[in-house]
Parts: sequence; C-alpha cells; structure tokens
Amino acid sequence: MGRKILFITTDQQRFDTIGINGGIYSRTPVVDQLAREGIRYTRAQPASVVCMPSRSSMLTGQFPSKHGAWMNGVPLRVDAPSVAAALHDEGYKTSIIGKAHFEPFLDVFGKFTENSLSSLGVPTVEQPWYDGRRGVHRGFDHLEMATHGAAGMLHYARWLTENHPEMLGAFYQVLDGELNVNAAGGGDTDAPQVKHNAIPKEWYHTDWVADRTIAWLNSLEADNDWFCWMSFPDPHHPWDPPQSEISRVNWRDVDLPAGYEPNRAKREAILDDKARHWRMWYDGTLVSNYEAPAKWVPATLTEDQIREVNALNAVEVELIDEAIGRVLSAVEARGWGDDVDIIFTTDHGEFQGDFGLLFKGPYHVDALMRLPLIWRPAKSSGVNPAVVDTPVSLVSLASTFLAVAGVAQPEWAEEPALPISNEDAHSRNLDATITEWDSALFGVDIHVRSVLTEEWLYTRYAAGYAHDGTEGELYSLTDDPLQRNNRFGDPSLKGVREELQARLDAHENRPGVGEHDGVLVAPV
Amino acid sequence: MATIRYERRIKASPDTVWGVVRQPASIPEWFPGITSCDMDGKLRTIHLANGLSMPENIIVSDDIARRFAYSIVSPLYRSHLGTIDVIEIGPQDSLCVYSTTAEPDVLALVIGGGTYAALDEIQRIAEEREGK
Repeated sequence: MGRKILFITTDQQRFDTIGINGGIYSRTPVVDQLAREGIRYTRAQPASVVCMPSRSSMLTGQFPSKHGAWMNGVPLRVDAPSVAAALHDEGYKTSIIGKAHFEPFLDVFGKFTENSLSSLGVPTVEQPWYDGRRGVHRGFDHLEMATHGAAGMLHYARWLTENHPEMLGAFYQVLDGELNVNAAGGGDTDAPQVKHNAIPKEWYHTDWVADRTIAWLNSLEADNDWFCWMSFPDPHHPWDPPQSEISRVNWRDVDLPAGYEPNRAKREAILDDKARHWRMWYDGTLVSNYEAPAKWVPATLTEDQIREVNALNAVEVELIDEAIGRVLSAVEARGWGDDVDIIFTTDHGEFQGDFGLLFKGPYHVDALMRLPLIWRPAKSSGVNPAVVDTPVSLVSLASTFLAVAGVAQPEWAEEPALPISNEDAHSRNLDATITEWDSALFGVDIHVRSVLTEEWLYTRYAAGYAHDGTEGELYSLTDDPLQRNNRFGDPSLKGVREELQARLDAHENRPGVGEHDGVLVAPV
Repeated sequence: MATIRYERRIKASPDTVWGVVRQPASIPEWFPGITSCDMDGKLRTIHLANGLSMPENIIVSDDIARRFAYSIVSPLYRSHLGTIDVIEIGPQDSLCVYSTTAEPDVLALVIGGGTYAALDEIQRIAEEREGK
C-alpha cells in the first residue's frame, strides 16, 4: 500500500481568505490545522488567472503555452498528458468530483465529455491518451461534475433537477438572456452576481461535492491506493451561498480591503500608472475577456458592494472548510488517516475590491496570483511542518503527486515537485514562477507574461488590441506589497528589468511552446 | 455584432467538398450535435442532441460560387448569418471557410464554436469520398 492523495481545490479564492494566511472573516479551522501539520506556501502562483488554463496546468504539469488550453473556451486536448493517467498506471483508483473545467461548459452541441457524462449515466469513457494508448477519460476512473449553480447538464444540476426541482430558480442566474456573464445586482447592496439563495445548505453544491466524495471513498477497498481531486466550485462568483448561512458574516462589519483605495482620484491614478487596459476596463471601455460581466462597469462599484461581496465570499469559504472537515472524518473512519497526503489550493484569485475591481482578467497582481497552497504530507511520510516563502507554481502539482506515489518527474511535466522547505527550494534553485495570459475575444486580444521572484513581480504585454508591445509593470514585493507603484519605467531598475526579461525570454523560447495551441470554440 | 471564422484546407476537389454541404437537408451528416432536421421550403429546423430545436432560413446555396448561407431565426438572436465558402486551391486542394456573424456577440461563439467540429466532419467526408 502506498500513500493516498486527496487533492482539494476551490475556485477563485484569494490567499488572504484563509485564517492562517491572515484572513479574519472566514473561520477555516480545518485548513488551518492542515497547514500547521504540513507545509504552507506563502507565494504559490497559478500558471494562468482563469479556470481552464490553470486547471489544465495542474492536470498536465505544463504551462498553457505548452498544453494548449490558452484561454477559457479552448478545450484541453483529450490526449494531453495527465497526472491522473500516470497515477492510474501506478495502480491508483482515480476520481475528480466537483468542478473539472478542462472542457468548455457552454456546449450546445454536446461535444465535450464532461458535459455528456451525466446524461450517459457512466462514471467515465475511454479516450486516447497522451502516449498513444486508450484509457479512461484523462485518467479518471470516476467523474462527477458540478459548477456554479444549477444550470447546465452536469451531475449536480441533474441531481438537483431530479430531487429538488423547486430549488432550480433559487440560485443567481449566472448568465443573462444573451449568455453574457450576468451583470444584474442583488443582495442588500445590488452588487453584481450576488443573490440571497433559498437553497438549504445540505443541497448546496459545496455539501454535494463533499457527499459525493465521501460516497466514492466509501466505494473503495481498504487497501486501494487512490487519487481523489475534490473540486469545490466556490467561492467563485456568483456569491449566492445558502441564505440560512449568511448571518455568519455581517457585511456591515466588514472592513474595506487593504488593496482598495477609497479616494477615487488616488484610485484612478493608481490604475493610470499601470498598463492602459486596467483603466479601460475600470471605465467600461474595454471587455477583454468573458469572465467578468461585460455590461458591468467597475467604476460603479460601491464600498458597500465590496463589503457584501467579501462577506458572502467568507461564508462560502467557511462552508468549504466544514465540508473538508466532513471528508477528512470519513477518511479517518476508513483507517487511512496516516497514509493520505492532502493538498489544498485554488486555481486563481479574485479582486474582491482591490483597485476598485471585482472578478478577474489580464491583471497580474497578488489579488489574482497569490494563492493559498497547503500540503499536508501523509503522517507516515515523516515530512516536517514548514512555511515555504519562495515562489512556487501550481504547475509543480503534477510532479508532486507523482513524487508522493514514488514516481520520478516525467518528461512531459515542466516543473519539479514542490519544495518541502525554503532550504529545499534554494538547494534546487526554485526561485521564480511564471504566469501567462493570452486571450482573443471578438477582436480584442491581450497577451501577458509575468515572472515572480522573492523580491519582484515583473509583467510584460505583447502587442495586441490595447498594447503596442512596449508596456510593462514592475513591482517591488518588499516595498510595495499592494502593487500600487509601477516601477517599470524607473531607470535605476534597468538591471532588474533585464534580468527578469531574460527569464521571460527563456520561458518563451523553451521547446514545444505553441505546438498544441487549441482553438477557441466556446465563451467558457 | 461579433464574427467567428474557421478555415480548413481539405485534400479534395472543391466540387467534392461542396457536394458535402450544398444540400440543406444534409446538415445532420456533417454537423456534430445536430441529430436531424426538417425542411419546409426555405425553412430548415435543426434538432440538437440535447433536445433543443432551432429554425433557420436558407438564404442561398450557390453551386457556381460554392457558397451556402443561412440565418438562425430564433428569438435569441437579433441577427445571425452563417456562411460556408468552398474555394479552389488546386485540383484536389480546397479551402473551406465557415463563418458566423451574430448579435448578441456571445451567441456568435456559442453557435460558431460548433462549426469548428463541423469542419472536421466536412473534411473527413470529403477526403473519404475523394479517396474512393
């Protein structure tokens, strides 16, 4: 018997929403305890700040420029490398329960497996694998899917339709009548993507994901090795947790975030100091990507709306923590407690009011890029608790899972396993991470590359709709933790820029870049 | 208004490629996800695997220009135009261009995205026919 792996992801969760990371509104005792017993990373970065590319990077161990799912709506090719397939080869039982999103959701022609599995009534299907063989879909023996609400054709929507159809209309309507991300307001402050949801907590997708995970774990034999990706759709918008729970955090008691500048003139001056698409989005003159409501203008965001969004977000984070606690109890009850590695993270962050913005887009700052990441190695592994401050990438997760299973980093995985301490990181020269963004939607294209070191965050924009290829941003993480002072044009930092640019150039010039670029076939 | 365009180079004569798509009633054969269609004069109603149906006006099927054009008339759309052009590159070498222009913008991609898979099928069928 080897070490089992419980991989827990949330969606669109900021670093500072976890108690042990300094969060003050959501109580997260379960995740905090995992952090105390294991390794807490304080500078974990995604490969992309939107779902499909970032999740695909976790699965493939590759950056989007290599796995090819370069923006939401571009499906990850079905025969892309997969850590689940590699673990399957090692004899692991494999599952993903909750939000996968390697394939588009908006799929009226029913082309994609994730969307069709529920109606097919089978746990998986056979597909081509990356090495020419055929096997279970992306290496998963079992897939049960959910997303942000009750719409669509995934398992959770079907379950709710069959069992509690009266609750289908209780959720916020994520898309409007034109299939744009809905800008309609709700709650107490008329904030976008907010609604008081009448659904009981027990039927909400957070509890459903935990319930289905427990059911799958209980279907296994005691001596099975297993890899379970438990993937909660929250705290991604819409912010519509069960109404019965929202009194946990009174939005009127929530402070404005440190990243929000209350003085409008100063706030807009901060935006003007960045690349020009920041201010264009804020003013409502640019829609660069599908993920934020196209008809919502960030400049209209009020302070009370920020408070309410952050309060509801905190409620959703608490519900996830409690759901994780239930799953861990089930793991203990099966007698696996000492032999399970637990990794907790998310796919990208959320503005939540920083810079006067909500949602996400081609904006490489901590709000979207600094993520919670906790690895609680199996107690039987003897790994010591640690806090790792050096930058690490979620691209390392695939190699990490394989290392847990005793498998060396495969040729297709672009990053090595996560370090278990700062000393380990330094000894392996793990000192920087890269984040990519590419989008091209209805004539608007944006191309961004960032490199993060312990001291600097450096971003370059390639020529596109809003940029001429000369723009960039450079922030000192020690002097400017809120990334308000763009020093890209500071002549005294010429050497720093050149060194960081060389790192980006090396990343862009690595073999295989662009060879598998997919095609945009859906909005998301 | 937004537009989506996909192109495919096909190793088949333009007449063979055009022969795949020129008949309005042939669409279930080469558009994945469309299970059947009904024809009523110039009106074509397509039926999808998920149970949805969409009425379309056939605007033109021009054997000389090798251009097919149609328009979805669902109330979801303020406007829609789908076109398929088959262009001769060489004797057994064609370019098939499938375009979708629509308003609201997102619907151009929701429907237009399906045309990429349709090109896969058009290519497969045309190259198979040419092979025979």
